[in-house]
Amino acid sequence: MSTESALRIVWVYPDLLSTYGDRGNLLSLSRRADLRGLPVECCEVRSDQPVPVDADIYLLGGGEDGPQALAAERLTADGGLRRAVDRRAVVLAVCAGYQLLGESFFAKGQKCPGLGLLDLRSDRGPTRAVGELAGEVDPELGLPTLTGFENHGGRTHLGPGVRALAKVTAGIGNDGATEGAWSGSVLGTYSHGPALSRNPALADLLLRWATGLDALEPLDDVWASKLRGERLGTVRARESRTTG
Amino acid sequence: MPRKPLRAKLATSVSKGAAALSRAAGRGDGAVIGGRLGLMIDPELLAHLSDGRRIALISGTNGKTTTTRLTTAALGVLGPVATNSLGANMPTGHTSALAKAGDTPYAVLEVDEHYLPQVLVSTSAEVVALLNLSRDQLDRAKEVAMMAQLWRDALQGRTVHLVANADDPMVVWAASVTDQVTWVAAGQRWHDDSWVCPKCGGAIERVEVSVELPRDPLAGAPSTAGEGTAGEGAGEPTGADVVEVETASQPTIGSGGGAPDADWRCTNCDLRRPTPQWTIDGTAVVDPDGGHHEISLQLPGRVNRANAAVALAVAAWFGASPADAMPRLAEVASVAGRYAQVQRDGKAIRLLLAKNPAGWLEAFDMADPEPTLLSINARDPDGLDTSWLFDVDFSPLAGRSVLITGDRAFDLAVRLEVNEIPFRHVRTFAEALGATPPGRLEVIANYTAFQDIRAELDRVN
Repeated sequence: MSTESALRIVWVYPDLLSTYGDRGNLLSLSRRADLRGLPVECCEVRSDQPVPVDADIYLLGGGEDGPQALAAERLTADGGLRRAVDRRAVVLAVCAGYQLLGESFFAKGQKCPGLGLLDLRSDRGPTRAVGELAGEVDPELGLPTLTGFENHGGRTHLGPGVRALAKVTAGIGNDGATEGAWSGSVLGTYSHGPALSRNPALADLLLRWATGLDALEPLDDVWASKLRGERLGTVRARESRTTG
Repeated sequence: MPRKPLRAKLATSVSKGAAALSRAAGRGDGAVIGGRLGLMIDPELLAHLSDGRRIALISGTNGKTTTTRLTTAALGVLGPVATNSLGANMPTGHTSALAKAGDTPYAVLEVDEHYLPQVLVSTSAEVVALLNLSRDQLDRAKEVAMMAQLWRDALQGRTVHLVANADDPMVVWAASVTDQVTWVAAGQRWHDDSWVCPKCGGAIERVEVSVELPRDPLAGAPSTAGEGTAGEGAGEPTGADVVEVETASQPTIGSGGGAPDADWRCTNCDLRRPTPQWTIDGTAVVDPDGGHHEISLQLPGRVNRANAAVALAVAAWFGASPADAMPRLAEVASVAGRYAQVQRDGKAIRLLLAKNPAGWLEAFDMADPEPTLLSINARDPDGLDTSWLFDVDFSPLAGRSVLITGDRAFDLAVRLEVNEIPFRHVRTFAEALGATPPGRLEVIANYTAFQDIRAELDRVN
């Protein structure tokens, strides 16, 4: 298997941005590529190493305030991620990683400059958003309902240069109305940690974007389907209890 | 014991009565309700009940209940010891435990890590054991660095002696506000919450000790007594002479586990592993004078040898010699159901509790390669978020027959699939027993899942 043809996935700064099961997205993507016979190379880039420019998929996880601010500083100084996005690499960013892709975010009581890769701004919300998150995904992406777990204190305001990833049906997401954002091949979400394990169709969308393939061989997702059914059933039951 | 004020006497009596009533009514084990009522009558009751006792507190993310039990056993050689052995580790539980115990010269109390500052003040504890800090229920618990800061602030300027884990950078930073510390090489298998220096934000570098530790002292593995880390116990600095017997390594971040015993230092500031006075050398605890004490525990795993070392160090502070105390540790067979072994339907079942990624790594170290049942819930006491399952590498289970159950078995199923560990889903514990051939069954479960299975086994202790 030549290095040239392998799908290269980079986990950006796991020493700073890896709070809660963030490794799961890397594992899900590489496993799903592997099952399709697509050769994969995974690479973990620490914050004291340069971010490679020529990988196919970049993953950013969640983090505490201090590490988040430090990650944004170092990514800006490094410039690798920006150049990768310029050549249409795929990015999936979660929670703190999502916020720092925007124009600005709040950490440790201060407004910090983000990477400006997504047209959005984050500030502090009145309450911490903790719990199940669900939403109907932007029809343009052709994905089933988004399900996840969120745990963040931020609120995110989208500018005209991005589209919301989903309309919130449970939880808070960006602001109680929309959740996440996407533009080109850069996608961010508050569905934290192993978001792709609950949303295999989203994982496959990223793989299709990265490979240019129109379709991928379907996989046996019976356990993921059961998990999705259970989690979405739980938030629906909660919804009908509170409204009914 | 000094005379208690009248209000405290009344509160103590109500507290004991309520606990008895709670037990009699079958509403609980009385570990909390008595304390709650007592504290309503006398908010200072915990302080009053602590008066005249010499008290040790045990705190940390993992191993609190077990280490509390072992320390209580060790201190028993000096006299009666009050303890909250039922795991009720907040002030109401402490109050209940002390009220119920009556006058005792000693008390050993397990303390929830969030409550340590408050309980330190209420009890005027003489010794505090700090075991470890790692991610645990992040949907409601404090982040790890914040927890370390909370401890650090609470310990600043207090007259208290610490027995602390030299292998956990977060613990070392919290404890280093005082020089009144006995350092124990208690190990740290889970490294993913301490790659960043809590003091300066620099990178923490680890150098693994090359000494091969036997997997279990009862398994007949060769003893390494007399080799390796013994020099550290003799009080020599962990300097260049120690580095010579180590092999440098750069473990992969995010892989969860690393060597449980590794020298470490911040690459940017002066925070580094202090020289431990108490170490573990193969199957022995080495005391500060270099004395080897062969560990004969019924409890499994390397982590319990470390818990035993902490217990001996705390007991030694009060004047109990390790030689006298060690036989008492061997009497502990299980701790509130943890490690309990039960015969049921021709199966020898052993129960292991694991509540968070660090705990799961330790459980895999303890579990034997036998059919294994994993059970996961996400109820309030567990934390509602199951994301941490992806922080655990389940590959040690490869080759075992794995059954999964619990409220959140599907989360586990998806995790194991990615880990390429075959499994079978069962809906109930009874179904799990039916699906297991005669012989051993190892059960690893998180908190409420563990309690559910314990209930099926007649609340085994």
